[in-house]
Amino acid sequence: MMLDVRDLSVVFTDRGAPFAAVDGFSLQMDRGEVVGIVGESGSGKSMTAHALMGLIRRSQVSVAGRALFEGIDLLSLSREELRYYQGRELSIIFQEPMTSLNPTMRIGRQVEESLRIHEKGLSPAQRRARALDAMALAGLSDPEGLYRQYPHQLSGGMRQRVMIAAALVLRPRLLIADEPTTALDVTIQAQILDTLKDINRKEGVAILFISHDLGVVKALCGRVVVMKQGRIVESGPVDQVFYHPREEYTKLLLSSRPARKKLKGGQADG
Amino acid sequence: MGKAVLKRLGLLLGTLLLVSALAFAAFSVIPGDPTGAVLGMEATDEQIAAFRAQQGLDLPVWQRYLSWLAAFLGGDFGQSYKYDMTVAQLVAPKVGATLTLAAIAFVLILLISLPLGLTAARRPGGLVDRAVTVLTQITMSVPNFVMGIGLMYLFALVLRWFQPEYIPPEQGLWPHLRFMAFPALAVALPKSAMTVKLLRGSILGELGQDYIRTAYSKGNSRGSALRRHVLRNAMIPVVTFLAMAIGDIMAGSIVVEQVFGVPGLGRVLISSINNRDYPVVQAIVVLLAAAVVGCNFLADLLYRAMDPRIERT
Repeated sequence: MMLDVRDLSVVFTDRGAPFAAVDGFSLQMDRGEVVGIVGESGSGKSMTAHALMGLIRRSQVSVAGRALFEGIDLLSLSREELRYYQGRELSIIFQEPMTSLNPTMRIGRQVEESLRIHEKGLSPAQRRARALDAMALAGLSDPEGLYRQYPHQLSGGMRQRVMIAAALVLRPRLLIADEPTTALDVTIQAQILDTLKDINRKEGVAILFISHDLGVVKALCGRVVVMKQGRIVESGPVDQVFYHPREEYTKLLLSSRPARKKLKGGQADG
Repeated sequence: MGKAVLKRLGLLLGTLLLVSALAFAAFSVIPGDPTGAVLGMEATDEQIAAFRAQQGLDLPVWQRYLSWLAAFLGGDFGQSYKYDMTVAQLVAPKVGATLTLAAIAFVLILLISLPLGLTAARRPGGLVDRAVTVLTQITMSVPNFVMGIGLMYLFALVLRWFQPEYIPPEQGLWPHLRFMAFPALAVALPKSAMTVKLLRGSILGELGQDYIRTAYSKGNSRGSALRRHVLRNAMIPVVTFLAMAIGDIMAGSIVVEQVFGVPGLGRVLISSINNRDYPVVQAIVVLLAAAVVGCNFLADLLYRAMDPRIERT
């Protein structure tokens, strides 16, 4: 087992009163697996992702439980130790491709940044070659041309592909995708999902895919976890949850989706 | 050079032209006539008329302006009314002192505010941050000539770090610069305070941006995220502010010169205004405007180089 999360909780203190954004979250993932987390906004799904990625300021928020990654408890690591994993073994892409890239840094430099941090001693030409390779993997058609461009010169979909390239440059074991297509329009969304699928198949990168949209999760993931108010309400194989939801909340999530004719992949839903 | 830069350059020349015209117009409107100051109270009407004719003062303003402009562009800055010297002879030896003072002040602002701004932003609400806030509050509320007098008292009379007497560069460059550092400090402190506040706020603002979260997710430490990502973005508004501050620095230098007895443009400017020696005043005004506008132009180039989002055509 690659990832074994047990009883994860993330607790804020709001004017003296503790508030659990995530409460008793558990999840097991094998290498190369694609698992989805679904829930409405405020259900704690993004907070779970950020906690696993070590992006929560521990001084303000208390994180409890265990998150064993290849046998190492990520939650018990110091910031310094955690940095060894960030960008090398674990990567994340975010919902907002518009603002998640540094506006004054060239695309190439941002894609190869993890190499600069984790593989010191590479020559600029080696870094460049690996960045271009990652950009091609992320489905960017003209990596050489994009290498010297700035984020504002790219469309939202291309920026999200740049984020994917940067996340994959060191071929991590786990990619956390935190609503990566929510800010994009539907055609681009389907293309990005295809790219993620390809990456999972070709490179064996496991993906933890977070979305409020069960249909999107169904197109990509084998298993799904449904979250509500920080807790898991239902989990299982995606087809079972999708076609035979046990929980009222899951049914509501399904029925709240706008009717859509056909998603890429051919399934009718809505 | 891009089209946008050429446009800025045109704007720069237009600004200088406008400043020179306004200054010229102002001196022809304010009461007092150079004849009184130059020839004395007992001058006869004939003497006055002769002087006015000789200096072209009987011509209409716009004609005088155009002939002044033509001469100025040809490198002839005119003749002082009061002294038997050309404006260039009178002003040139004073320019160095003022520019040196302003330049040192600018460097001091950078040396003081960059490290302090960074330190204050590192731990918002921490000891350094709070101390800096108090100090900036104080220095921002004290006018620079009062600051000058205070520094003079502290460093020259109490600590005896320097003699309160001007040391010209002929007596050695190092002693000259050392002396000039004190008036420069008086000019620099209030501006440094504002720069610290601005830089601190700008850094904290950038630290909250999404791309910083991305940087951390790649394994950056706080320090490397700051160096690689925050600094350049945070410096963009600071560069703009410093460019605008250059005018104030020049003006501040002219005032503080008086306190420290530096023979710079300030003294010539004030005595020339008192003497109604307009050609001298006019030349100094245009010179100062040129320095300010020129620095702003350089800052604009720098700003363009720093922020790729600005259109480069």
